[in-house]
Amino acid sequence: MTRFFKIWILLGACLFLAACSGDGTWGWYVIDPSTPAGQSNIWFLVGGFWATIQLSLIATVLSMTLGLLVALPGMSSNRWVRLPSRVYIEFVRAIPLLPMLFWVFYGLPVVMKSLGFPITIDAFWGAIITLAISDSAFTAEIYRSGIQSIPKGQTEAARTVGLTYSQTMRYVILPQAIRRILPPLANQFIYIVKMSAFASVIGMQELTRRANELVVTEYRPLEIYTLLILEYLVLVLIISFFVRWLERKMGSDENR
Amino acid sequence: MTADRVIEIASLNKSFGDFQVLTNVDLNVSLGERIVICGPSGSGKSTLIRCVNGLEQYDSGSITVDGISLSEPGGVDRVRAEVGMVFQQFNLFPHLSVIDNLTLGPMKARGLSRKDAEAQAMEYLERVKIPEQARKRPRDLSGGQQQRVAIARSLCMKPKIMLFDEPTSALDPEMISEVLDVMVELARDGMTMLVVTHEMGFARKVADRMVFMDGGEIVETGTPAEVFEAPKTQRFKTFLDKILQH
Ligand SMILES: Nc1ncnc2c1ncn2[C@@H]1O[C@H](COP(=O)(O)OP(=O)(O)OP(=O)(O)O)[C@@H](O)[C@H]1O
Ligand SMILES: [Mg+2]
Repeated sequence: MTRFFKIWILLGACLFLAACSGDGTWGWYVIDPSTPAGQSNIWFLVGGFWATIQLSLIATVLSMTLGLLVALPGMSSNRWVRLPSRVYIEFVRAIPLLPMLFWVFYGLPVVMKSLGFPITIDAFWGAIITLAISDSAFTAEIYRSGIQSIPKGQTEAARTVGLTYSQTMRYVILPQAIRRILPPLANQFIYIVKMSAFASVIGMQELTRRANELVVTEYRPLEIYTLLILEYLVLVLIISFFVRWLERKMGSDENR
Repeated sequence: MTADRVIEIASLNKSFGDFQVLTNVDLNVSLGERIVICGPSGSGKSTLIRCVNGLEQYDSGSITVDGISLSEPGGVDRVRAEVGMVFQQFNLFPHLSVIDNLTLGPMKARGLSRKDAEAQAMEYLERVKIPEQARKRPRDLSGGQQQRVAIARSLCMKPKIMLFDEPTSALDPEMISEVLDVMVELARDGMTMLVVTHEMGFARKVADRMVFMDGGEIVETGTPAEVFEAPKTQRFKTFLDKILQH
């Protein structure tokens, strides 16, 4: 009963919002799949999926790699080895995504040029670099807590049977830590998908940018942004379904 | 005499922050010698034997193992190649089968082929009397079996010296003897052993020398016959009375 009640309230709210849009009339025609104009608008909007997914996937992989490279020295018993990692994490975590995006996109090429390595950064790679760096502070912490959850005795035993530090990580610690690391890393993927919307401001033609462009020509913000949110919702729900599955799989491994 | 000295510890000092754990510890061990270290909780026994293979760092003094100084560059790694260690909590690798626990070191650190490493692992599993458990995961074994796997895992690296840190303290009483039996056999084969334990029956049977520690110092050393007959210090006497009561 209460479930239906909620749905009605939600629908009511939607209708109210719909009535407030634009000139106060319905505007769903912009994305009406039964008209050719609506169809072409929908195709235009949905066309951003591929860019969003590409951007998020590459940024996540880079962030996972970078995060590990930052996390490992961060666990050293030597404070001077630990320090750069700590500083990196605190520093990167403190910078809001948007200013960092501007800095990478507009500033980094200038810095590189003055250092004698002229590079051009397009919107795609600018967004990926920013997302990867900004997320790597979080993945580093995920690695750290996962690795530190493995008892110290494991490292000690590995070292006494002659394994080097990197062999110890590779054959003993990471295989055990991975079940604590993978689910939260997959969650970071969701975070990156959502944050990738910022790439729109430097001109990356992903989901949000396309919605903005259509709003400018059609002037139907409510309808178009509603569809935009639904697009992200579908994407994120699919990923979180996968994360759930992964968590269950990892969890059941633990009991085996 | 000095020629077959495999461990030389000289005026070793170590502290954790303000807390002095080891104070001027001197200890020499000859090849094939079996030493049992005992003492009250917190007296620094674990810290001392963990210093020997570089699991703990020390503040001053020196440790030389088989002619290799721990403080020389690369010394720790070379010493670890000579020294095996068995822990109170076994520390087996839970994600690997018993046989993979035994072959990991020889394959990765010594470059043995899987075939050779497994053949050697089976040999040592026979020696600790559990070859039939080779394909199981550690968690499917009893505590006594797990500790015997841990001993076999160390032996696979062909160490010259074995360190034991309370190897039977985490075991149920009925499993203690199966582990001690393996250790007695190891002693018979001439292995140099440094054993932290309160198993006085074992000490009496295999120890060449007993070392009693208290408050981070070596308070007394002597053969089992000497110390069990008449400990020289009151502290050792009190300690022995306490643990021999049960
Ligand atoms: N990592 C550490 N940091 C700080 N203090 C420590 C650390 N490890 C050991 N200690 C302290 O050093 C002292 C000696 O510890 P150690 O483990 O060597 O004693 P032990 O003789 O092995 O005792 P037990 O019989 O309880 O195992 C103890 O007081 C302990 O609290
Ligand atoms: Mg101890």
